[in-house]
Amino acid sequence: MQTLEPILAEHPFLKGLKQEHLELLVGCASNVRFDAGAFVFKQGEEANHFYILRDGKVAVELFAPQRGAVAIDTYGEGEVLGWSWLIPPYHWRFDARATEPTRAIALDARCMRTKCENDHELGYELMKRFARIIEQRLDATRWQLLDVYGVRA
Amino acid sequence: MSDHTSTSRQRVTLAPPVLQQMIDVLRADGYRVIGPVVGNGAIVYDDLASTDQLPAGQTERQQPGLYRLMPREDQAWFGFTVGAHSLKRFLYPPVTRLWRAEKTNAGFTLVPEVEMPSPMAFIGVRACEIAAARILDTVLMGGAHVDPLYKQLRERSLVVAVNCGMAASTCFCASMGTGPKVESGFDVALTEVVRGDVHYFVAEAGSERGRTLLARLTTTPATPEQLACANEVVEQAAREMGRTVNIDGLSARMAVCVDHPRWEAVARRCLTCANCTLVCPTCFCATIEDETDLTGAHASRVRKWDSCFTLDFSYIHGGSVRPSPYARYRQWLMHKFGTWKEQFGTYGCVGCGRCITWCPVGIDVTEEVRAVAGSAVETPVETV
Amino acid sequence: MVPDLFKIQQVRRETDDTFTLELGATAREQSFRFAAGQFNMLYVRGVGEVPISISGDPGRPDTLVHTTRAVGAVTRAMRALKKGDIIGVRGPYGVGWPVEQAIGRDVLVVAGGIGLAPLRPTIYRLLAERDRFGKVVILYGTRTPADILFRKEVEAWRARLDIEVYVTVDRATEGWHGNVGVVTKLIQKAPFDRTRALAMICGPEVMMRFTAMELDKRGVESENIYLSMERNMKCGIGLCGHCQCASTFICKDGPVFRYDAIRGLLSQREI
Repeated sequence: MQTLEPILAEHPFLKGLKQEHLELLVGCASNVRFDAGAFVFKQGEEANHFYILRDGKVAVELFAPQRGAVAIDTYGEGEVLGWSWLIPPYHWRFDARATEPTRAIALDARCMRTKCENDHELGYELMKRFARIIEQRLDATRWQLLDVYGVRA
Repeated sequence: MSDHTSTSRQRVTLAPPVLQQMIDVLRADGYRVIGPVVGNGAIVYDDLASTDQLPAGQTERQQPGLYRLMPREDQAWFGFTVGAHSLKRFLYPPVTRLWRAEKTNAGFTLVPEVEMPSPMAFIGVRACEIAAARILDTVLMGGAHVDPLYKQLRERSLVVAVNCGMAASTCFCASMGTGPKVESGFDVALTEVVRGDVHYFVAEAGSERGRTLLARLTTTPATPEQLACANEVVEQAAREMGRTVNIDGLSARMAVCVDHPRWEAVARRCLTCANCTLVCPTCFCATIEDETDLTGAHASRVRKWDSCFTLDFSYIHGGSVRPSPYARYRQWLMHKFGTWKEQFGTYGCVGCGRCITWCPVGIDVTEEVRAVAGSAVETPVETV
Repeated sequence: MVPDLFKIQQVRRETDDTFTLELGATAREQSFRFAAGQFNMLYVRGVGEVPISISGDPGRPDTLVHTTRAVGAVTRAMRALKKGDIIGVRGPYGVGWPVEQAIGRDVLVVAGGIGLAPLRPTIYRLLAERDRFGKVVILYGTRTPADILFRKEVEAWRARLDIEVYVTVDRATEGWHGNVGVVTKLIQKAPFDRTRALAMICGPEVMMRFTAMELDKRGVESENIYLSMERNMKCGIGLCGHCQCASTFICKDGPVFRYDAIRGLLSQREI
């Protein structure tokens, strides 16, 4: 879609990508929207997309027996959601649910994987960017685990 | 009779019985006279009524972890250096009530402590002691908040200093720039001369109060010969200095030593017993606690000496900031020889050597400072 | 070192372990002026004295407000006090938040857990003199939704059109539809001028450390970041030695410090 290219080009996550790589991405991109309460993806499903959120809010949840759905993280405008599409067997490990009406650009995972296999430079550029995201998520998770606000006995 | 009122210090000689005269005059003036006596196998500060109580003919041998009273070859009255006590014990007492909170029907009222103890006259104060008191003056009176109790006790105290004629192996006042000679900060300074049967004191006044005191005693102007003997006494002390510390740029050198491997070594030895902080004449850390009686009607707010070596010194909800002995020893040494300078303009150490003597495992701060912060000065000389 | 006596007007439970004391004068001339970020030493007869940040409005000096967690003997005894009880107050002590320096600039307030309490006086000032400041952004992170301090007030601030307020929790509970995750995640959302903004951070030390690091990563200069430090205090006036952190006395050189001055300290262990 021609209209998505400027949006993708501006996004900080994709900054620095060569024009030809950007065009490859655009080829896999589509506009999506989710109503409040709708699932973006469910645990166990095939990870067929990743999302660049344009607005709204998505909560990453885990459903635990007797506890119900526990939100462990939330993402909003400008954030990138989903990296399970990169790592075999390409299945979502958590649920993601829009808590507000949410618009996003969805990038088709199979389309992306194929293009990355064919153009390793594109693959490396994306890997670098996702590595940074994973690092941020890991840091944030560790800080959450620290329970810094908790009272020590 | 001394009739000198000019700025230059005229020095006079006192015969030993005149020291008794001095004590009597001070007591008649309402002072509580405190001086060195033998007690508990050491030389301690206690109330002094007679020169007979002074440790005549006594000296000490001090080494890391060792203090022994020993007899002298002569009968000098002040032939020793310092024991575990310092002026801090009297100017900043180990336990002091600050105020009381008395229960009432409406809640409680506060009753400040108004009773003032008698002013104190200290006899036998060493140069390092004076330097330590001045450091405490800066800490407790030099900031935005003044300790009113310390201020009153200090301002009402009279100091009769005595120049050291010897140095213990643990002494290093010369390195710290605090001695051995008493230069200022006293009302009267004495130098004891003992040669065979000859025994006298050369005295000088260091304040108007000191001048007045000397004027009331039987003195004669000091002869050049007597002055020369007195100077020799002080020079002897300077020659015997037991240890050294290089203070040139020391606070800057210390500042970069936070992760020095030496801390680990000293931490294995240190018992965190807090002896060093208890005997140190400049350590000022204190805690303030509530004490109540069984009825609960009377509560007292009491200040007590505390030590950064204790585990709960740095406790905040959840735990201590410095739980390890490593961190606690490091805190003390880096403070005394480093950050103190930034805070108060001088080092926190006066080189009295008490912490070396009274450490049960014999940790030597001069050695630790040298190991951690480096020094161009060679290894210390052990003297007996 | 003798305290003034104040009367308890109200003891309000804020969360499970946090409560607020509202104190009024016992003597006629006792209006209490303080700067945002300062603290008092509060005395409970027969139990002891502890430093507590002032959490009230500097523009309303007739009521003295403190918010604290009940974590020790003195704070637990404080929580059990009733209206009309007498409490001792010494203060205000310490260096407060740099509200004057923030005039004309964007202000970022980042609070973690109980850290919102010492920052609330600053927020009151920012709101009372709103025109004097640029963008005002408040970021607040707590453990769970139940631990959100001053919830109604936070919601009221959030509803205003002239400031941005973002709240997040480390752990969501059922019914929570807000943000989940560490407070630093909110920084990227916050609209403020990174080069000129002044940031004030308050919370557990490790939270302040990673928040300052994140701000640093995003281009906020160390000279524009302020933290509020905490240590054991017995006197609050620089005489007892307890609150020392390297060469600083937290009670008189702080508790508020500029980040560049203490950056090294924060990464040293057991200092």
